[in-house]
Amino acid sequence: MNERPFTFCGEALSALTSGALWWPNESTLVVSDLHLGKAERMARRGGPMLPPYEIEETLDRLIGDCDATGARRVICLGDSFDDLGAAQATARAVSERLAPAMAGREWTWIEGNHDPGPVDIGGNHLAELQIGPLTFRHIAGHAPMGEVSGHYHPKARIVARGRSITRPCFLVDDARLILPAYGTYTGGLYCDHPDLAKLMSAQAIAILLGNPPMHIPMPRGLPQDP
Amino acid sequence: MDRPYLYPMTAPLPPQIEGWFSARGWSIHPHQREMLALADQPCQLLIAPTGGGKTMAGFLPTLVELADGEHDGLHTLYISPLKALAADIKRNLTAPIDEMGLPIRVEDRTGDTPSSRKKRQRADPPHILLTTPESLALLTSYEDAERTFKGLQRVIVDEIHALAESKRGDQLMLALSRLSALRPDLRRVGLSATVEDPDAVARILAKNPDPCAILKADPGPDPDIQMLTTEAPPPWSGGGGKYAMQAVLDQVKAHNTTLIFHNTRAQAELFFHHLWLANEDQIPIGIHHGALAREQRDRVEQAMVNGDLKAIVCTGSLDLGIDWGDVDLVIQVGAPKNVKRLVQRIGRANHRYNAPSKALIVPANRFEVIECVAALQAVREHTLDGETDHSGPLDVLCQHILIRACAGPFTADDLYAEVITTGAYADLPRTTFDRCLDFAATGGYALRAYDQWQRLIELDGIYRLRDPRATARIRMNIGTIVDADKMAVRLQKTRGGKPLGEVEEYFASMLRKGDTFLIGGEIVRYEGMREMTVEVTRTPYQKPKIATFMGTKFATSTQLSDRILTMFRQDDWPELPNHTRDWLKLQRDVSKLPERDRLLVETFPHDGREHLVAYGFAGRNAQQTLGLLLTQRMEEQGLNPMGFVSTDYATLIWGLDQVTEIAPLFSRENLLATMESWLADNAVMKRTFKGSAIIAGLVDRALPGGKRKSGRQATFSTDILYDTLRKYDPDHVMLEITRNEAMRGLVDFGRIEEMLMRIGDRIDHKALTRVTPLAAPLFLEPGRIPIQGLANERLLGEEAERLMEIAGLRMA
Repeated sequence: MNERPFTFCGEALSALTSGALWWPNESTLVVSDLHLGKAERMARRGGPMLPPYEIEETLDRLIGDCDATGARRVICLGDSFDDLGAAQATARAVSERLAPAMAGREWTWIEGNHDPGPVDIGGNHLAELQIGPLTFRHIAGHAPMGEVSGHYHPKARIVARGRSITRPCFLVDDARLILPAYGTYTGGLYCDHPDLAKLMSAQAIAILLGNPPMHIPMPRGLPQDP
Repeated sequence: MDRPYLYPMTAPLPPQIEGWFSARGWSIHPHQREMLALADQPCQLLIAPTGGGKTMAGFLPTLVELADGEHDGLHTLYISPLKALAADIKRNLTAPIDEMGLPIRVEDRTGDTPSSRKKRQRADPPHILLTTPESLALLTSYEDAERTFKGLQRVIVDEIHALAESKRGDQLMLALSRLSALRPDLRRVGLSATVEDPDAVARILAKNPDPCAILKADPGPDPDIQMLTTEAPPPWSGGGGKYAMQAVLDQVKAHNTTLIFHNTRAQAELFFHHLWLANEDQIPIGIHHGALAREQRDRVEQAMVNGDLKAIVCTGSLDLGIDWGDVDLVIQVGAPKNVKRLVQRIGRANHRYNAPSKALIVPANRFEVIECVAALQAVREHTLDGETDHSGPLDVLCQHILIRACAGPFTADDLYAEVITTGAYADLPRTTFDRCLDFAATGGYALRAYDQWQRLIELDGIYRLRDPRATARIRMNIGTIVDADKMAVRLQKTRGGKPLGEVEEYFASMLRKGDTFLIGGEIVRYEGMREMTVEVTRTPYQKPKIATFMGTKFATSTQLSDRILTMFRQDDWPELPNHTRDWLKLQRDVSKLPERDRLLVETFPHDGREHLVAYGFAGRNAQQTLGLLLTQRMEEQGLNPMGFVSTDYATLIWGLDQVTEIAPLFSRENLLATMESWLADNAVMKRTFKGSAIIAGLVDRALPGGKRKSGRQATFSTDILYDTLRKYDPDHVMLEITRNEAMRGLVDFGRIEEMLMRIGDRIDHKALTRVTPLAAPLFLEPGRIPIQGLANERLLGEEAERLMEIAGLRMA
């Protein structure tokens, strides 16, 4: 398994190539912003009819990570569904596909801004969750310590030898950790966006998804150049 | 209805019109008279050189039919590929109509027309409406289309040769099939410049299976075309023709009005910039291209009409027969790439019919000198390039189905019957049509996911939009020109100010800090990207390092390539200027010249990367495919290719490692084996997919100026859709469309095979220490294709390490 280990609030964590976070000491796998049912929601609203395969694609990756890590506990950090309508429309398909992976695991769905409220699917449904020094919630809060969140879909761009490469990324500083979006149909927010720049300290590091993931100082404003 | 408008060759014209001609001492051209005589035919195609009174020939029957003032509503629809042309025709038509005192209302309708007038035009159309293919498609999408087009008799398609081979033309012809269904007596008229195969154009124009009468005007005397020779030699590489500035100015002074054509906007801008610097006599010169603001274009057009300008620097936006009076010289800067286009451009000069047109070609660099000489030979020998066979693309059909749905309910049988009256879709199988209809209605997925949310619902054989509000979205996406995503360019530290302009996102991603480029008439230096903005500073440099716009890419025809290879065989080239002769000799000395039955491959390091050049002379598209196949094999061999660029003659590949084993790379077996896996997964396919997905309505067109949810969190790359479809629905119609598009447009494997046959196993590998004379121009080519392979991981690794070190950060 390709991963990038790092320490956050004294805990040994690891960024996986897929965009999931792995916490070996707690045997916990964390993913954020699956946005399941996005294709369904767009079609429902009279928008484009995207290929309706993003649920399979996203869940198969998640099941793969569950198997590879052997995680006992899985936390989905919110916006697991693209909206409540999508949750209702796709809950059955999701729970059927996910059932084998959920069996025997402690599974927690954190509420997001897209999917506030419980969904008819197994597992715990919580606004946030505390484990040891770490707090799991969807959107980064004020004055946190050991906070793990999602929501922003951070991505970063670097320019190397004349080539610009963009990847989703983890953002981490002393106080908080922000996960990239795990869902297949998700865009991203450049981490030099003011919202993210304000949130993260000057020492923040971005871990770019790759094989293996790689860390760089979180880009702010202009990208560095060779 | 019997047609009262039959005019024998000798029949008198209505007195107002006859009087107007005779008052000016003019007589009607024979082909204008012939058009009148055949005006009742369902379809007419007039082939005439520019300046032959082509437009008048097209409109004369309309003026005659409307002269008695009895016609109510729209009579004639005129469609031109260019907005500027519509405006120009309006001017040139309104004047004689007023002078003749005819009771005829003429209006234009383009993307620039105010919406209040557009709305009024639908309810109360003029007698003659001048419009573009996109505006017409939009008009047919309204529920009141039937009322708007009530009374329509004739439709005139101008410059049909330019539309015939493009998706805009396909969209236009589909719209005409709709109009012909609404108005079964509608007569079609096509106006075309000289083409090699008029029958092919006629097939596209006519309502299948109607016949089409083809009229040919006297082509006039041969044009007088020469290469402009200058004392200073053209540069080794690059475009723009700055070296010839003084010679061009001298020519401008010696003529009444000169049009100076360029192949790209960037070159036109740059040339104009330098022309002004050299213009000590303050000769009035204007610039005109498609990226300029409308007011600016209007001003230039008006000044030209008034005779206030001695010269106009322009691009393809002026390419299509705009009749601006007293042009007596055309200068083409840069190689014409295609003999047909050269001849058509030259038709711009000297609109006095039956006088030879005068033109000068200014090669922009030394390779183009060779190309120009070859093109001039071809013109002298009257060999135009042939047309290609054209069958209607399915993405355009999918869009047409949605447009049809906006106008109201329809049955599949009726729509299919309409569509196959379009020449390019005449052979469309019903099953293929049904797949496109299914795609438009349900998404066409193997997994029937959207039964509840279909876009079109079918009830008793009638299709209609599920949600009528979808019309707004469909109309917003009308059109077949897909613009690349654009990024605003701003001066650093002027946040919120007016941007200097826009560049393609793709172009922006290729920039390095310190690169200079031209935008909005000034030269700027790239500093970096901030959010979705390119930040630049002003720079005192005179010459930009990078050409800004992709512009229109013209492919050099087979014919020209062959002529050039034949020329290379000569021991010496007395027909070429000395500087170019010397350049070819130098290439022969340091490396060698490409030959027809061998393949020259050069390798050399440059700028921290390894390079490989293959001179295949197979045409741009085939060279592009060759680049994809070669880089794929190089990727498999761990040679870390990073990208390539192709011209009509050569492919340049750059990467991290040197290639030493050349011959196996080019073996036919290897290339064929790579073909299948390659076809599925590469940047060109993804770019092709994106274009087709937008046209077919699978994704929405990006709104101008990026007016979307801030931060773009909601949007994601169409690459993801492409990958998902390939994995879960490999038979989906969008993938089929993409494959066909790529095969036809960008792949051209046929010419690679031709090349392989030609060269056999005769490959000459020259391993050199630096860029060769012939390779140098390739470094300035736009349209570089990046390879997103293992080189990325290696670069990321190197760069990540470096950045962490600089920042003094350590991973916790």
